[in-house]
Formats: sequence, C-alpha cells, structure tokens
Amino acid sequence: MITIDSLTKSYGRQVVVDGVTLELPDSGVTSIIGANGAGKSTLLSMVSRVLGADAGVVTVDGLDVWNAPGRKIARRLSILRQETHTQARITVRELVEFGRYPHSRGRLTPECRAAVDEALAFCDLGELEHRSIHELSGGQRQRACVAMVLAQDTRYVLLDEPLNNLDLVHATALMRLVRRLADERGKSIVLVLHDINYASVYSDRIVAMRDGVVVRDGSPADVMTEDALSHIYGAPFVVHTLGEDRIAAYYR
Amino acid sequence: MLGGVSLLVGAATLDLSTLWSDPAQLQVVTVSRIPRTLALILTGAAMAVAGLIMQHLTRNRFVSPSTAGTIEAAGLGLVVALLFFASAPVLAKIGVATVFALAGTALFVGLIQRLRLPDPMMVPLLGIMLGAIFGALAELLAYRANLTQAISVWMNGDFSGVLQGRYETLWLAGAAAVLAYAFARQLTAAGMGEAFATSIGVPYRLILGAGLAITAFTTAVVVTTVGAIPFLGLIVPNVVTLIAGDNLRRTLPATALGGAALVLACDIVGRLIIHPYEVPVGTIVGVLGAGAFLVLVLRKGNRYASA
Ligand SMILES: Nc1ncnc2c1ncn2[C@@H]1O[C@H](COP(=O)(O)OP(=O)(O)OP(=O)(O)O)[C@@H](O)[C@H]1O
Ligand SMILES: [Mg+2]
Repeated sequence: MITIDSLTKSYGRQVVVDGVTLELPDSGVTSIIGANGAGKSTLLSMVSRVLGADAGVVTVDGLDVWNAPGRKIARRLSILRQETHTQARITVRELVEFGRYPHSRGRLTPECRAAVDEALAFCDLGELEHRSIHELSGGQRQRACVAMVLAQDTRYVLLDEPLNNLDLVHATALMRLVRRLADERGKSIVLVLHDINYASVYSDRIVAMRDGVVVRDGSPADVMTEDALSHIYGAPFVVHTLGEDRIAAYYR
Repeated sequence: MLGGVSLLVGAATLDLSTLWSDPAQLQVVTVSRIPRTLALILTGAAMAVAGLIMQHLTRNRFVSPSTAGTIEAAGLGLVVALLFFASAPVLAKIGVATVFALAGTALFVGLIQRLRLPDPMMVPLLGIMLGAIFGALAELLAYRANLTQAISVWMNGDFSGVLQGRYETLWLAGAAAVLAYAFARQLTAAGMGEAFATSIGVPYRLILGAGLAITAFTTAVVVTTVGAIPFLGLIVPNVVTLIAGDNLRRTLPATALGGAALVLACDIVGRLIIHPYEVPVGTIVGVLGAGAFLVLVLRKGNRYASA
C-alpha cells in the first residue's frame, strides 16, 4: 500500500498540492482526473520522490520514499513522467534496459532480458527496438517510455498521462494492458487521465483533484455523474449509459 | 600505429636496423620516446573522457574542461600549491590542484543549474568567463612569485620535456578514465536528468559529484604533469557522440581511443613541421579545436542549440 499523509507543495504563495491524504491500494487500477493545473503531476512527482514536498509523508509498503535507499524504492515503484524530455541518442532497447537498473544495476540477467523483451512486445516496439529515441515520433517515444516503466516490473506503477500522443488504437491497447497487469499480475496502477471515458471504463477507482485537493474519490459509478463531473471541472457534462459503461459527452 | 610512428620521430635520428646494437639509440627510446608516447596516449584519452563526462552531466555539448573553468581552476590550485607548499611532493600538489579544479567546476555547475540560461550557447560563455577569472587570479599570484613562465606551460601542453621518471603520474589520469568506465551506466542515467536517474534509483547527486571529481582530478593531473591541451575534451567527445550516440558504455572507450589518436597525430605533426624543432601539441590541437568549436556552434539542427 502507498500512504500519502498531509502532502503539501507550494510555489511562491500558490499552494498547488494542499494537504492531500490518500491511500493507494496493493492492486487495481486507480485513475486521477482533474483540470489542467489541478496538481495531479505535482502529486505523482512527490509520491515517486522525484520532487521534494514542503510537508507530509509518503510511504510505500511502509518505506518512507525520501529516506529509504533509492534502489529499494525503485524496485517497488516506477513512474512515467508527463514531460519525458527523452531526446537522448540511445536506442529504444537501451532505454527500456534502464528500467532494469534497480534490479541488476545494469548488468542484465536472463530475467532482465526477458522483462525487456516482454515490455517491448507489450508496447508494440518490436520493429523499433534498435532505432534511436531522438528519431522517433511523439507517440512512438511515449510508448518507449512506457515500456521502460513496464520493464522495471514494480508492484506500484504511476503513469502521468500515458495516453499522450498515442493514436486511438494504441491508447486502447495500453488501457487493456493496464487492466491485464492489474488483474493477472496483481499490480497497482495509478494513472492520470484526461479522457475521463477511459477512466470510467477501465478503473476500479477514480480520484478527482481540483485546486490541489481531492474533491471526489470513489468508484466510476460514483464519480461519473453529471453533478460530480461539473463540480470537478466547473463545466457542464452529459453522462450516457452505454451497455454497462458510463460515457460522458462534452463535445458540445 | 600512430604510437609506432611517434616512437620513431624526433630530433635524434633513429635507425631501426642499428637500434638494438647501439646502446645510445636504445636509450633514446626508453628514456624519451616511450615515455613521450605513453604520456601522449594517457593524456589524450583521459582529457577526452573528462570532456565526455562533463558534456553528459551538464547536458550541454559545449561544456568541457576548457570551457568550464576547470583547467584554469586547476592552474590556480597549482600556483597556490607552489607558493604555499613548495616542498610538498607532486602528489600533494596534484591534490591541491584537484580541490581547486573541483571547486571551480562545482561553482560552474551550480551556477548553470540555478540560472537555467535560456540559450545553451551561454553556458560555455559563462564557463570561459569563470575560467578567465581563475586564470587572472592565478597570474596575479604567479606574477608576485615569478611563476608566470610556468603558467603558460600549464595552459598549453608541451610534451618535449617528457622523460622517463617525469610522466608517470599520468597513469593516475588513465586510472580515473577506467574508473569512469566502471560507472558508465550511472553516468549515462545521470546525463538523462535528475528525475530520470532518481526514478530508477540512481543516486543523482552522488554520481554528479563523482563524475565531476573524476574530471577535476584528471585535469589536475594533466595540468600538473604536462600542461592542458585546450579543446581536446571538446572536439573528441562531440565527434564520437555524433557517430555513436549517448550511451557511455559504448562511447567512452571510443572517446578514449579517439583522444589518444588525435593527440598522437597532432604531436607527430608538431614534431615534423619545423623539424628538428617542435610546435607544442597544445597549439596544434588548440587550432583544430577552435575550428571544430566554430563548426559546432554554427551547425544547424543541433539538438543542444534547439533544445
Ligand atoms: N516548477 C514550478 N514552478 C511554479 N509553479 C509550478 C511549477 N510546477 C507546477 N507549477 C504549478 O503548479 C500547479 C499544478 O501543476 P501540475 O503540473 O501538478 O498540474 P496538473 O494537474 O498535472 O496539470 P496538467 O493536466 O496540465 O498536467 C500549476 O498551477 C502549475 O502552474
Ligand atoms: Mg500534469
């Protein structure tokens, strides 16, 4: 379990994450939604100790993320950041191999190679594995970064807007993969999504943020209502029921 | 191969057929030629590797010991060592020069991380400015102690004085390059940014510090022993990176080889153009390097210039 206790971050006088207290489960799919600037990325960056907090504590399976050894945390928790800035001239496979660093310090074991191969296959990168990252398209690069996180093979996987730049088919494939990893391997996957309909269809739980605080937290059935959504985003929504799914319309 | 040529070229003529029978010739080889060739190889490899590491850690193609103030800071340290610890052994002087080089480089890296300069070209400018300040301080001190002659040697490598017994400290620089290779994966990860490194459990601050310490130490050893070779740490890593990419496991050995080859070649040229006199290798690499620097700056579609 990941516990987040009174986590706070300010930039100047603007409080962007305001005393968030939250527990993330051992397994399942949790989506975080909210408007631009709500504090979603800041929250995930702090949970993954990439960003320091002003106040509050985060523990992963009881380990304090800022004080436990870096590699120990990295074997339990991985993160895909929203800005990957990965322009380096290394190949896709080399990038994905970095995901194995916490397990083997880069001296790849057969198990590592298997994990890398599997991650490449999951992300449909078989043909691109020897291409350099800097010559890929935006969506291809995003998939390479996702593959690296998957190769890290951690119980907790944080994905900040993993669907960025992906075409419809690859976006749906990734969401199905996320669901599978939660169901078949018991991983806990936490993702920030702007497409609330993907959140609705694939999540066990949706956490909604607004102005640095959690304003809704519940099952898709709880959060995918016209009232809740207009409160979260400050704009009108219409929610339709399509088979078993709740689908929000916001195009008009 | 260049090493073989280097052994043969010099003021005293060598004749391969009489080499083994003539003890005077054999002595030229063991006392002067072999040490000189080894010194060139070690210096070239180590300085090129130092440049590669700096370029990665600062994520800026224009950063190298000659454009970050490292060489001048090491020189300043050496002046201080000569002034205050004149009787100390060479290793102690290298130690003082290393501390100064590291402090100077750390100041530079701290500044660029804090300032977040909008244009990547401003980064080496800042480094050159810092270097000028350290250099001026060094000269001020040296002037008062009549050491100005020595300074010009440190700033522009000259291998004509390399003899057996006077170059062996350079092996330390070679050892530093080997150490860097042992950390190549971590250095590559750190070069991809602090967040990237942290997320996979690479201790970013530690690796940054270790990488800079390796470059400072290498620079200090080279400046103390034979004098710096300006721009070497800039050209070679850039050419290698252009061809082989950013993975240090791959590029570090190639950079070491490239650095050694370039210095050997420049040294041979320097020994031949005004034979039997010499042009210091630093001058030749400096001319080449300045030209290469210009090409880099002017190159279109450069990822650092556009990032
Ligand atoms: N380095 C920074 N300096 C100053 N303000 C920042 C910084 N990083 C983020 N902020 C501010 O913090 C707030 C929250 O940012 P955050 O990136 O967490 O939002 P988000 O919910 O992820 O938004 P988005 O959907 O656009 O990704 C924003 O108002 C942003 O302007
Ligand atoms: Mg965000």
